[in-house]
Amino acid sequence: MDRQTLDRLTRLSQLQLSPEEERLVLEDLGHIVALIDEMQAIDTEGVEPLAHPLDMDQPLRHDAVTEAVDRARFLAVAPLTRDGLYLVPKVVE
Amino acid sequence: MQPFASIADLGRGLARGDYSARELATFHLERIAAADDDLNAFIHVTQERALRAADAADRRIARGEGGPLTGIPLAHKDIFCTEGVATTCASRMLADFVPPYDATVVARLAAAGTVCLGKTNMDEFAMGSSSETSWFGPARNPWDRDRAPGGSSGGSAAAVGAGLVPCATGTDTGGSIRQPAAFCGVTGLKPTYGRVSRYGMIAFASSLDQGGAFGLSVEDVETVLGAMEGHDPLDSTSAERAPTRRNGARSMRIGLPSEYWTGLAGDMGECLLAAAKELEAAGHALVSHSLPHTDAAVPAYYVIAGAEASANLSRYDGVRFGFRAEDPADLDDLYRRSRAAGFGTEVKRRILTGTYTLSVGYYDAYYLKAQRVRRRIQQDFLEAFEEVDAIAAPVAPGPAFELGAVDDPVAMYRQDVFTTPASLAGLPAMSMPCGFVGGLPVGLQLIGPAFEEGRLLALGHEFQRRTDWHRRHPEG
Repeated sequence: MDRQTLDRLTRLSQLQLSPEEERLVLEDLGHIVALIDEMQAIDTEGVEPLAHPLDMDQPLRHDAVTEAVDRARFLAVAPLTRDGLYLVPKVVE
Repeated sequence: MQPFASIADLGRGLARGDYSARELATFHLERIAAADDDLNAFIHVTQERALRAADAADRRIARGEGGPLTGIPLAHKDIFCTEGVATTCASRMLADFVPPYDATVVARLAAAGTVCLGKTNMDEFAMGSSSETSWFGPARNPWDRDRAPGGSSGGSAAAVGAGLVPCATGTDTGGSIRQPAAFCGVTGLKPTYGRVSRYGMIAFASSLDQGGAFGLSVEDVETVLGAMEGHDPLDSTSAERAPTRRNGARSMRIGLPSEYWTGLAGDMGECLLAAAKELEAAGHALVSHSLPHTDAAVPAYYVIAGAEASANLSRYDGVRFGFRAEDPADLDDLYRRSRAAGFGTEVKRRILTGTYTLSVGYYDAYYLKAQRVRRRIQQDFLEAFEEVDAIAAPVAPGPAFELGAVDDPVAMYRQDVFTTPASLAGLPAMSMPCGFVGGLPVGLQLIGPAFEEGRLLALGHEFQRRTDWHRRHPEG
């Protein structure tokens, strides 16, 4: 784990680290990667990846309207809205 | 009125009119007021709502329509959405978030007549094993205030352990019900993945997260589970299964996996072995066996949980809900500064780990590899359950550690060595008090095949009829 990799991960995950945090996290991530590398010792040749713990398929429900979205109620928890819309900084000139 | 009464006894007291649900709620609210400055088990206490719910329960009991949980006080881990009541997940990101809906678990327990007294403290976004990463400060252990209550559901375990509520909800992703139950001397059950709806339970790692319950006995946990469980159309991963019923053969084969039992420190090992012997004395056979991929569980877990967390937590963008940074220069700046200020360091470490293992060039070597290891671990259990009916194991390597004592993330992750395997395999697992080491409670873990909670409850209930560890409570 080096500074360049950490910069890339921070950018990909839309985070920011203070210089102090960066120093600590860089060291910690090195240790965490060493920890997760321990599983490389396991022979998994021919083993299918397990995504669902009980190997169940995703069931589909009937395609029917089951609830009405109450726009005002859901917008009420947003930090900044106007005219029933979420507000973000200007993205097009 | 006495603290630490069973749900059944409280129900009888309410039915007889020895006290009202309002009096019962008030009694516990007063206990919270007296103890919680110190314990910090609660993030929010919802006194007015509690008293309104208690009055409704009293009317229901008066009509003769009460059930086993009507009027029983409880607390919800602050990861469950509660309509109109702040739900923070112990994060600055959600410090002011008031959900517009109830989690299914909350709605079902409310429908059963429970009286919610408040929301309990936890590790931020359930990421931790000590409840120290909370934005609201650490919760403390009722047996020793200088020690951690475990985590991530530490507030719920501490509240039940201190007699502030008779029962509480929790969630378990890699041990977050079982380990705090062990540390606080209470009983805690993580059901099979899919047994309890995850709707309205703030997501951490969706293929692992599972809601469950804390109580003072197996019987109480069974009662709470009965009101929580069952298929929910709002969670497509919730299973359609018959309700859990305590059931188990008079004589079962109980596996003691060598990977869990070797290397335990002297007192811990003796205490746990004595508990296993108690099950043997009850007529069950103890069988040594092996779960050979146990050591790979912590590494595989931290890959999978981190990867799922990095995806789940991408929803916190400062736009639709949660913390928003002031005066952003542009959209990226809004995202980055909102997330930088809203998340604590452990959450950032997990997101970065997950982003790493999912990124181009590492996906196969880490994420897919971890899923293959996950299947190996699941196969270990499937093979074991051909030989044994249930598995008995430690919950944690030691009793509650001192606050601040485990300050290295990898050392903290290794605390989960005995709990992550059952999580990866989606299996039901329970912790119950089985003795003390150095004055601190120790928990015995029972692990069963998928959807065999009833077997664990039967074994646990039998154990608690023969022992009184679950009836020991901290002073003060």
